[in-house]
Amino acid sequence: MRHIISLLMENEAGALSRVAGLFSARGYNIESLTVAPTEDESLSRMTIVTHGSERIIEQITKQLNKLIDVVKLADITEGEHLERELMLIKVRVDSHTLRDETKRVTDIFHGRILDVTDDTYIIELTGTGSKLDAFIKALNENCIIETARSGATGLAQGERALSL
Amino acid sequence: MSHRPAGPGCIWVEPWENTEVKLSGGEIIIQFLKDEGVEYIFGYPGGAVLHIYDAIFQQDAVQHILVRHEQGAVHAADGYARTTGKAGVALVTSGPGATNAVTGIATAYMDSIPLVVLTGQVISPFIGSDAFQEVDAVGITRPCVKHNFLVKDLHDLIPTLKKAFYIATTGRPGPVVVDIPKDITDPNIKIPYDYPHTIEMRSYNPTLKGHLGQINRAVEKILSAKRPMIYSGGGVVLGNASEQLIEFTRLLGSPITSTLMGLGAYPATDRQFVGMLGMHGTYEANMAMHECDVLIAIGARFDDRVTGDVKQFCPHATIIHVDIDPASISKNVTVDIPIVGDIKHVLTDMNLALNASKKKPDQAALKKWWSQIEKWQAKNCLRYDRNSALIKPQFVIEKLYEVTQGDAFVTSDVGQHQMFTAQFYKFDKPRRWINSGGLGTMGFGLPAAIGVQLAHQDATVACVTGEASIQMCIQELSTAKQYNLPIKVITLNNRYMGMVRQWQEFFYESRYSHSYLDALPDFVKLAESYGHVGMRIEKPEDVEGALKEAFAMKDRLVFMDFVTDQTENVYPMIATGKGHHEMHMSPDRELA
Repeated sequence: MRHIISLLMENEAGALSRVAGLFSARGYNIESLTVAPTEDESLSRMTIVTHGSERIIEQITKQLNKLIDVVKLADITEGEHLERELMLIKVRVDSHTLRDETKRVTDIFHGRILDVTDDTYIIELTGTGSKLDAFIKALNENCIIETARSGATGLAQGERALSL
Repeated sequence: MSHRPAGPGCIWVEPWENTEVKLSGGEIIIQFLKDEGVEYIFGYPGGAVLHIYDAIFQQDAVQHILVRHEQGAVHAADGYARTTGKAGVALVTSGPGATNAVTGIATAYMDSIPLVVLTGQVISPFIGSDAFQEVDAVGITRPCVKHNFLVKDLHDLIPTLKKAFYIATTGRPGPVVVDIPKDITDPNIKIPYDYPHTIEMRSYNPTLKGHLGQINRAVEKILSAKRPMIYSGGGVVLGNASEQLIEFTRLLGSPITSTLMGLGAYPATDRQFVGMLGMHGTYEANMAMHECDVLIAIGARFDDRVTGDVKQFCPHATIIHVDIDPASISKNVTVDIPIVGDIKHVLTDMNLALNASKKKPDQAALKKWWSQIEKWQAKNCLRYDRNSALIKPQFVIEKLYEVTQGDAFVTSDVGQHQMFTAQFYKFDKPRRWINSGGLGTMGFGLPAAIGVQLAHQDATVACVTGEASIQMCIQELSTAKQYNLPIKVITLNNRYMGMVRQWQEFFYESRYSHSYLDALPDFVKLAESYGHVGMRIEKPEDVEGALKEAFAMKDRLVFMDFVTDQTENVYPMIATGKGHHEMHMSPDRELA
C-alpha cells in the first residue's frame, strides 16, 4: 500500500539525514521526500511517500517517531486527504504545430507556460502524481527536454491537522 | 569603563561587579559533568580536545581514566553504566579518536546502554575542509546512537550537554554523542555558567505509565492461562525492576526464563527460574517457550538469537509484551497485547491488579505444567564430561561460581566462554553480568571490567574471556595497572576461536578456516610484563586451587590462562532458522 507520512521536525541541521538514513538502514522504500520550513521557523515539515505492508508502515511510523528531532507525525493516507505535486517540464517547441499542440494540451491540464524561448517552453503543472504522469504521456515524448518534480505533499481534510 | 547611562530608577552594574560565574567551553564541560554527578571520564587526549584536558588538569572533582585505545574508553564507560545504571562518560579526540570509539558506541546502542560520548572536532571554520584529523563524527555515528549533536555555538553547549544526559538515561536508554569543535572550548572565551537542573524537549517525552486498559486485559489473560511463561530481558535490568519482576513471578507461580541480557534480574538459583532461552538456552526454557499458552515478554526484544525461526515461535501462545519502546512491539513477532511503558511502572500496576483480582492462577493447571517442565529439566541438558583429563570450560565457570560464592561482578567477551558463563554462573542479582549481547563485540570484556571495578572498588570483578577475544583489547591491561584495578582475567584458552570453530564443525564439515590461533603469546609473561600476576593452569585438578589463590590476591590483577579442551562445544544449540523445539543436545545427550 502507498502511504503519505507527514512529519513536523525540529528545524535542525542533519534532521533530513536522520530520516533518509533511517530509511536506507532499515531497508524501507521511499518514493519521494519533500521538506521545507513551516510558518513556525523552528519547525520543518517533511512529507514522505512510501510503500509497504501494514506491518512495515507501522514500523516506519514507530521508528520515525523514535527519532529525537521528530515532534509530531501523521499518516495522512489514513483518512480523507489532498495530495499535490509540482512539476516543471521543459519541452522543445521548434515548430508552429508543436507550439500549438503543446499549448492546447497544457490548457486541458490547467498547466501554465512560465517561460517561452524561440524553441522551448517551460510548463508548470500541479496535481496528483498520476495527473502529472498523464500529462507527460499526452506530450510528444521526443519533445521533452527535462522534467523536475517536487514529490508529493499533502494535507488531511477537515479538522484533522498536523500542528503543535 | 562603561559609558552606558543608567536609566531612572535603574542601577547599572559594571561587568566586574557581576558575581555570576564565567567559564570557558572546556571548563563548562568539566563543571557540568561534576554538577551532573559524573565520577569518571574514560578518555584519551588529542589535538581537538586539549582545551578540555587542560580544564580536567585544573580540578579533581571528576576523575579521568586514561585508557590505551578509544574503543577501551567507550567499553569502560559502558561497563560502568551497565553496573551502576548511571550514564557512562567517554571523551575522545577528533578523527581517529572518534572512529576508534564507534565500535564501543555501537555496542552500547545495541544493548540500550546510557552513554554520553564527547568527541573533539576541528575548529568550526575548518569543518568540511578535510582538515587534519577531521571526520564527520555526527554522520559516522548517526546509525548507532540514540541521538547526536554538533555544538555550533558556545551558548548551546550547556543545554546540549543537559539534553545529552537526559536523552541517554531516559526512555529506552542509549548512547548520545556530542561533537565539540575545538574553538567552542577556547579558554579565552568565557560565558556565564549555571547548571540547568531540568530540561524540557517538545520532541522527546518517553512514556512511563502503561495503559491501564491494556494492563487489565493482560492480567485477565494471564489469570486464565494453563501454561504461562515469563520471558524477561535486559529491559528489566535497565528499568531497575527486579523487585517487581520477582513479585510478579511469585504471584503467577509460572516458570521464568531470561535472555542473555536479562540474567540476574530474576535470581538464577530460584526454583521458578528455568535458565536462559534461545540459541544456547536450556532445553526446559526453550521447550516451555514452545509449549506455553500465554507468553509474557517483559523488556525483551524478540532478537533472532532468542526466537529462532519466528514462524515456529511460541505457536500455541497469546503473547503479551511489555516494553518502553513502541518500535520494539510487533517488530519481529506479532504481539497480541502490547503494553508500552516503563517496566517498573507497568509491573507495579500489574502486581496491584493481580493482587486485587478475585481470580487466582489455576493451581491444578500449574501443577501439571510444572510436572512437564520437570521432565524436561531431568534431561540435564547442560551436563558435560566431568571425568575428562582436559580442563572443560564449563568446569572452570562452575568453580569460578563456587570460589566467588556467586557474588562476583562478571564481564565477558564474545564467544563460547560467554555462553558457558551465561549457562553456568548463576546470577542472583542484576547488573552483575556485563556482556555485549546485541553487537557481540570481542574485546569488550577487559575494558568493561575496568569500568565495573572503578564503580565497585572493593568488589570481586572477573573478566571471563578467550585467548582470541582478550587480544582485541589487551592493551587495557596497562590501564588496569595504572589505576591498580585487581580484576581477575579468566581466559579459557582453547587455541581456537571457539564459537567460529563450533560453527565450522557443524556447518562446514569441520573445515576450520582461519579459526585456529597460531603464534599465541605466553600470557603469563605478557601479564607479568604489564606488572600483573600471570598463571597458567593445565590440569583439571589445579583449577579450584588456582582460582582460590588468584581471588585471594585482593590487590592484584591476576591473568589466569586456563588451557581447555579444544573440541568442547556449547550445547544445547538451536541452529539458525530452527524452532525452539529443534535443539541439538551434546552428542552423549542425543544418544540418551
